[in-house]
Amino acid sequence: MDLLLILFETGFWAATVRMATPLLFGTLGELICERAGVLNLGIEGIMAAGCMAGWTWVYFGGDLWTGVLFAAFVGACFGLLHAIFTVHLGLSQHVTGLGITMLGAALSSFVFRMLLPNITTPPKIIPFAPVKIPVLSDIPVVGEILFRQSPMTMLALVAVVAVAYVLKKTPAGLALCMTGENPSAVESQGLSVFAIRTTAVVIGSAFMAVGGAFLTLSAFDAFYIGMVNGRGWICIALVVFASWNPGKALVGTLIFAAFDALQMRVQQQTAVALPYQFYLMMPYIFSIVALIVMSRRSAYPKALLVPFRKGER
Amino acid sequence: MRLEPRAHTSMAMTILVPVGAAALALMSCSVLILWAGASPFLALTLLVKGSLGSVFALSETLTRTIPLIFTGLAAAVAFRAKLWNIGAEGQFYLGACAATWLGTGAIDLPPPLLIPLLFAAGAIAGGLWLLGPTLLKTRLAVDEVVTTLLLNFVVLLFVNWLVFGPWKDPMAMGWPQAEPVVDAALLPPLVAKTRLHGGLLIAVFAAVLFWVVMKYTTWGYEIRAVGNNQAGATFAGIPIDRVVIRTALLSGGIAGCAGVSELLGVKGYLTLDLSPGFGYSGIVVAMLAGLHPLGVLLSALFIAALSIGADSMSRALNISNYIADIATAISLLAVLAGMMLTRYRIRFR
Repeated sequence: MDLLLILFETGFWAATVRMATPLLFGTLGELICERAGVLNLGIEGIMAAGCMAGWTWVYFGGDLWTGVLFAAFVGACFGLLHAIFTVHLGLSQHVTGLGITMLGAALSSFVFRMLLPNITTPPKIIPFAPVKIPVLSDIPVVGEILFRQSPMTMLALVAVVAVAYVLKKTPAGLALCMTGENPSAVESQGLSVFAIRTTAVVIGSAFMAVGGAFLTLSAFDAFYIGMVNGRGWICIALVVFASWNPGKALVGTLIFAAFDALQMRVQQQTAVALPYQFYLMMPYIFSIVALIVMSRRSAYPKALLVPFRKGER
Repeated sequence: MRLEPRAHTSMAMTILVPVGAAALALMSCSVLILWAGASPFLALTLLVKGSLGSVFALSETLTRTIPLIFTGLAAAVAFRAKLWNIGAEGQFYLGACAATWLGTGAIDLPPPLLIPLLFAAGAIAGGLWLLGPTLLKTRLAVDEVVTTLLLNFVVLLFVNWLVFGPWKDPMAMGWPQAEPVVDAALLPPLVAKTRLHGGLLIAVFAAVLFWVVMKYTTWGYEIRAVGNNQAGATFAGIPIDRVVIRTALLSGGIAGCAGVSELLGVKGYLTLDLSPGFGYSGIVVAMLAGLHPLGVLLSALFIAALSIGADSMSRALNISNYIADIATAISLLAVLAGMMLTRYRIRFR
């Protein structure tokens, strides 16, 4: 009964949109990579790197938006490394991605520890404050849910529209999607598969890092080692759930975040129904269930995981 | 720049690549050490001393090698069949759970019977845990990379619940840990006054066994065939799904053994820090070994020496010990790039 009432609270839906934000950036980033035919398992580490880079930038005196840009730049660098390995050298996308994840996570922990040695409690920064968009934020319900959020959340929502537009309506986006389906055809059009895939992985990785940066610059105000906590892997599941479609990615992340927000409320309200660890398991189990449900219907980009080599068939 | 396939790969190349990768990893870490304001040469000396320089250091390194051999084998056998088991971490903990469940007094047997029984229980737990994602892969084409990864988080939360809840040891002064296993279940020490335990012999035996299975038996042949060329394997009448499932049981099983061995050999009781990521480092171990079971012995020793050495080096020089994780990650990427050079030659035009 209480459960149903929660669904009518605007506060609940506002929390859902907030919790969806890092996943939305991550899912869009992964989607861009995979649409071009490259699975980026580096996401977990790239998000960690973005998380750390954004926070450090602001802690040492930078402002918040350049912090986001810096995180994106760091993510792009990891993306370039990934692309050199998987696109130019045609190495295993699985192993490269895991390597990038290990490197990203280890480097960000190392740099954090070296920059701030001998600290016991993580220091804090002043994160993004929610902004009220004039007029729109006064709309009942919707205004409170969508237009009184952190500016990064609004950026994420704009990014969904932008990515969808670019992928579906622009020549560059169509070429990117074609690269994931039939790279030889792209090459015969006089375009470079290598260049398109590299760009896609670099941009996609920048998105992932911005998703990580949201955690330290908006959701919380401090950096913790292990902060990303599997969000990257969940994004990979969400891409499959979304059938590689930005609009569906928005729906998927919202459903996912709603479940996550719901389990938190239930956990707070009900008296010792289940140990809290079981509630914390739910996001991971939801992702697996989502994968199972969608796997039959989903149309993988045909050239996903297949390295392209000129003149080789 | 273009890549040309090589006709054949020389033996020297096969050995040089992992060694070169390891060297490259250490060299790139010197940049970070310089940044931290220490001398890379001193750091390297301390690293070698701290991992191999004394009986104590060597025993610590060998103790750390044991779980890495098990998880390295788990990754090596699965990756051979192109089954991407990234869930060794979870299988490790479930193995330890199974051994805790049966080993804390539920069964009263002498050590020669109890220890093998606990290993078997751990192997079954780990194998069955990987069976789920594998069946999803073979039946419903659900990608096993994501499912095995996500299940790691589920297992860790499950263990968290166990050690804070029903299995919490009332005698542990509030620490979240399970009751210790009975004395008869403990693996005997190999060298007096060190932590090195009999699990080493089991791990080495397992590596040799895996090598024999992979090289000389039909099972091994089928696993390699499925991994190398699925279409060809189908054409040869190899039941692909059955081979993949069998591989999963082997891989998950040996990862479960890693948990049992750590439990019975090092800690004696289940905690949340039983593994500092052995499941993930196992992937690096397997890749450095070129997925060869005997190579796993050497690469496990290297990764173990790296982490033990880096621990003592970082204490001495006040550098974060995450440097070991960085070196591990770089050696993975370097060996991956290097392996391509064994198969292709780069031509610049």
